Amino acid sequence: MRLVRLVDQDRPAIRFVLEGQDCSARAGDTLLTAILAGEGSFLRCSEFGDGPRAGFCLMGACQDCRVVVEGLGPVRACATECAPGMVVRRA
Amino acid sequence: MRVAVVGAGPAGVRAVEQLVRAGLRPLWLDEAPDGGGRIYQRPPAGFTRGARALYGLEAAKATALHATLDALKPVTDWRPGTLVWDIGADPRQLHTLREGRAAAQDVDAAILCTGAMDRVVPLPGWTLPGVTTLGGAQIALKAQGCAIGRCVAFLGSGPLLWLVAYQYMKAGATIAAVLDTTPFATKAQALAGLPHDPATLAKGLYYVARLRAAGILVAEGVTPLAIEGEGERGVTALHWRDAAGRERWLDCDALGLGWGVRPELQLADLAGVPIRFDPVQHNWVPERDAMGRTSVRGIYLAGDGAGIGGADVAEMAGACAAQALLADAGLPADAALVRRLQARLRRQARFRAALERAFPFPAQLAASMPDETILCRCERVTAGELRAAAEPEGPQGAAPEVNRAKAFTRIGMGRCQGRVCGMAAAEVLAARLGCGVAEIGRLRGQAPVKPLPFIAAPEAEEAA
Repeated sequence: MRLVRLVDQDRPAIRFVLEGQDCSARAGDTLLTAILAGEGSFLRCSEFGDGPRAGFCLMGACQDCRVVVEGLGPVRACATECAPGMVVRRA
Repeated sequence: MRVAVVGAGPAGVRAVEQLVRAGLRPLWLDEAPDGGGRIYQRPPAGFTRGARALYGLEAAKATALHATLDALKPVTDWRPGTLVWDIGADPRQLHTLREGRAAAQDVDAAILCTGAMDRVVPLPGWTLPGVTTLGGAQIALKAQGCAIGRCVAFLGSGPLLWLVAYQYMKAGATIAAVLDTTPFATKAQALAGLPHDPATLAKGLYYVARLRAAGILVAEGVTPLAIEGEGERGVTALHWRDAAGRERWLDCDALGLGWGVRPELQLADLAGVPIRFDPVQHNWVPERDAMGRTSVRGIYLAGDGAGIGGADVAEMAGACAAQALLADAGLPADAALVRRLQARLRRQARFRAALERAFPFPAQLAASMPDETILCRCERVTAGELRAAAEPEGPQGAAPEVNRAKAFTRIGMGRCQGRVCGMAAAEVLAARLGCGVAEIGRLRGQAPVKPLPFIAAPEAEEAA
């Protein structure tokens, strides 16, 4: 999945780490946006082996966008702002 | 008197406004970092689009609500970023989580304005990256300035289908198609009831006309068959059947889907408010009177969480619930305001009933989903596995209602607690058992209403 940055994207660049890779995002991005508008393409793998997942409701209800942030533990990517230097793993 | 308002969307803002007018300083909680609800959600700091770009024809309402919201924050005990995850009976307590810390708030009364989320029908392939709810597609654009893909299809029924597609078009997104499962005739018949709110009707027709004028494929009476794609690449196509019965494939890399919305009623449920099936809305809704009073002392409801009415109704219902609370507490109430709002709410109810007839929930589409469809995306339970739970020859006999089926199959037992799949699961089970969806029941609410981190410790223990 690739989110397309359409409007309101003139915001400062920030860096974060996904699975050990240095990644770029913009200030104000949620983790979901930061990962899926970049090269991330998905957020986690289903624990039942049916493939990658990339969120669904984007409003904090479906719990399908879970990622793990160092120091925070499992969070919903759609409801967590990407902070500079965040270290993120796929759940 | 300690009063809490849960939620800072249209209902919550107008409820708090009335409480503050009466001299109270309510505890005001919202899970999101800011108020506005989902409909009037504001982007984070650093985004520059104005209200007109964000909210279109609703810009004036959004601006007015935001002004009231911001004015009320300093005169209330405003706590954004706070999840209410349970509600205790005696003493009345709200159990909260903020920045990883759990706490309990004693209150005398609470107005629950918990909103709604998309009502969905699972399709084969709906767990692929690139598939979101219509509400999710809208939030991506509104709050993050992003489209959910390079070439986006929209599928479902209801006002949000057309609104989101229109907003994507205006923002410059590429739209593969807008596919409405409701046949034109169904909507045309229900139009007889819609002139109760001609402004809303006109807006809907305007969106459809603009999409058609832009040359976007718009089809009605369609049947979705499957979302196609693979792995990390996600969605590549939608397989569907048109109204004439022809099978078609639509190239797209993202799909927003939804069939109206359903109340987020978990907290009302946990507070002990009776829940009933509303056949017009085709939703489970908490029981309340026209003012938002419930049979549970001190618990009031307003907004879409109390039964779907939309944002305008939510604003009026929020004010009414606060007035009911004030009157019940023996505090000065505004009878003239209540009379005026109740008259408007009655007119809106007639419009809403017509809208529900125009965009009915596609119960048959849900009931007939293929066995291999992943129905519960949290626990990866297929429609076939649920149907097997309805077989009397099984080791445990047939599950007669949805909570028993949950015990057999784990359907609705995952992290979303059946918010996403519950309605469709009930249709599948009802169809297999040959009974009505109201008899199948609903997945009972459980605390915590959303997952809590294991590390969450009560504040008091932390201090000790």
